[in-house]
Amino acid sequence: MVTLMVARQVSVGRVGAVVGRNLGALRSGASYWLVLVSGFFEPLLYLLSIGVGVGALVGRIPLGDGRVVSYAVFVAPAMLAASAMNGALAETTFNFFFKMKYAKTFEAILATPVRPIEVALGELTWAMVRSSFYTAAFLLVMAVMGLAEPWWALAAFPATMLVGVAFGAAGMAVSTFLRGWQDFDLMTAAQFSLFLFSGTFAPVGGYPPVLAVVVQVTPLYHAVELVRGLALGRVEWALAGHALYLAALAALGLWVASRRIQRVLCS
Amino acid sequence: MAVLERHLTLYKRLWRASLFSSFLLPLLFLVSIGLGVGGYVGTVEGVPYVEWIVPGVLASTAFQMAVGECTYSVLGEFKWTRGAHAMFATRVSAWDMVRGWMLYIVFRVEVAAVVFLAVVAAFGVLASPWAVVTLLVVGLLAVACAAPVSAFSASIDHDSYFALLFRFVMIPSTLFAGVFFPVEQLPELVRPLAYASPLWHGVELCRAATLGVAPPWPAWVHLGYLLAFAVAGLWWAAFSFRKRLQD
Repeated sequence: MVTLMVARQVSVGRVGAVVGRNLGALRSGASYWLVLVSGFFEPLLYLLSIGVGVGALVGRIPLGDGRVVSYAVFVAPAMLAASAMNGALAETTFNFFFKMKYAKTFEAILATPVRPIEVALGELTWAMVRSSFYTAAFLLVMAVMGLAEPWWALAAFPATMLVGVAFGAAGMAVSTFLRGWQDFDLMTAAQFSLFLFSGTFAPVGGYPPVLAVVVQVTPLYHAVELVRGLALGRVEWALAGHALYLAALAALGLWVASRRIQRVLCS
Repeated sequence: MAVLERHLTLYKRLWRASLFSSFLLPLLFLVSIGLGVGGYVGTVEGVPYVEWIVPGVLASTAFQMAVGECTYSVLGEFKWTRGAHAMFATRVSAWDMVRGWMLYIVFRVEVAAVVFLAVVAAFGVLASPWAVVTLLVVGLLAVACAAPVSAFSASIDHDSYFALLFRFVMIPSTLFAGVFFPVEQLPELVRPLAYASPLWHGVELCRAATLGVAPPWPAWVHLGYLLAFAVAGLWWAAFSFRKRLQD
């Protein structure tokens, strides 16, 4: 039903036009490119420091399915998932908010036949493109460093795209509610807490039970589990559950975002 | 002093936003890495991992606050709010601004450090009463980092340089300057980079203090390095503030 309604309103061409506008904006200057490219280094540095440096102190870590792997192998997929999250969020929070509130980009776009849902879809697609660049490069590094089998790295790539879409949509929905730049402190706080506690640096099994439950409700945990499962070649039904969670988050985020764009900018 | 008062007045209105980054974040880091990962690490250089990284997290928090606070706020004073120009129109000189600004940064860092130390002391992860010395160290470290970064911020024209400063200076320093693992583990080729970072000297001094052991190099070398960094940074900051005020 919802899909049908969405399908009736949405035109691929118009969504493409929104993506194309972002692509055109890339020509705005070298500094934006530098920021874009340098975003890739952040998870890589974490991987080298925590994964390899602290990893030398940790030694090996149990996966939970009987296998014991080196700490770098354990941490790398988590950094990958976090990188997909950060890439997508950078686009749908800071940039999206700026375009919505200050640059009035969306008001200009909505003055054309493009609809709110198409703006949301276009921005989301663009966010996914950006996060995919990061994750593809990171997967390549993982394969080269021997932290993932090349075939499993390939299998993990679509999962990272799903992670990008889910966080991109959620971030976009949140951005429509932000009042000003001060609120971004709260958002980065939430983002960083997710990064620290989603089973990224240590297995959730080692947490106190209450904290473990809280973590299992939050989205990055599911992203990490999904990406780690695929990257380490551990395929099981639970992965479908994690994927479903992320897909639901994406749908919800998209719905809220397009409703809010409609309400804030079209009335 | 008037400059310090101005920044404190502004901070009174904005302090809530900084709660997370100055107080909660270091503790979250400590719980996630220190306890979470520490459970798998065991001991480093003969002490439990949590005890080993506490001084590292303390020093790196001071470092990150110093660097972070001196970016957008400093450029903004010159470029967006033009608060610096307003001050300059009164009898405040560039050097007064630099001094006032440094006092403000040190104030912020000290408050955060005291809270952090109190919390970790309550959990019994401080091994030595020498830990109070860390308050002096982080103050010096803060100036050593805040001064050159302020100078940099005052001399650039576009804020996207900050993203590069964060990614290529601040985050690598935090990750590789002996905060999370000993720098001896780094390949020999890149180790001098860690030694060059003021953060490493701050971390080792803090670690020596909280664990009650001698630092890897003589203490006066670490202190001298930080001091030299601070003096050079202050000179550069005064120079670039003065230059910027003439536009």
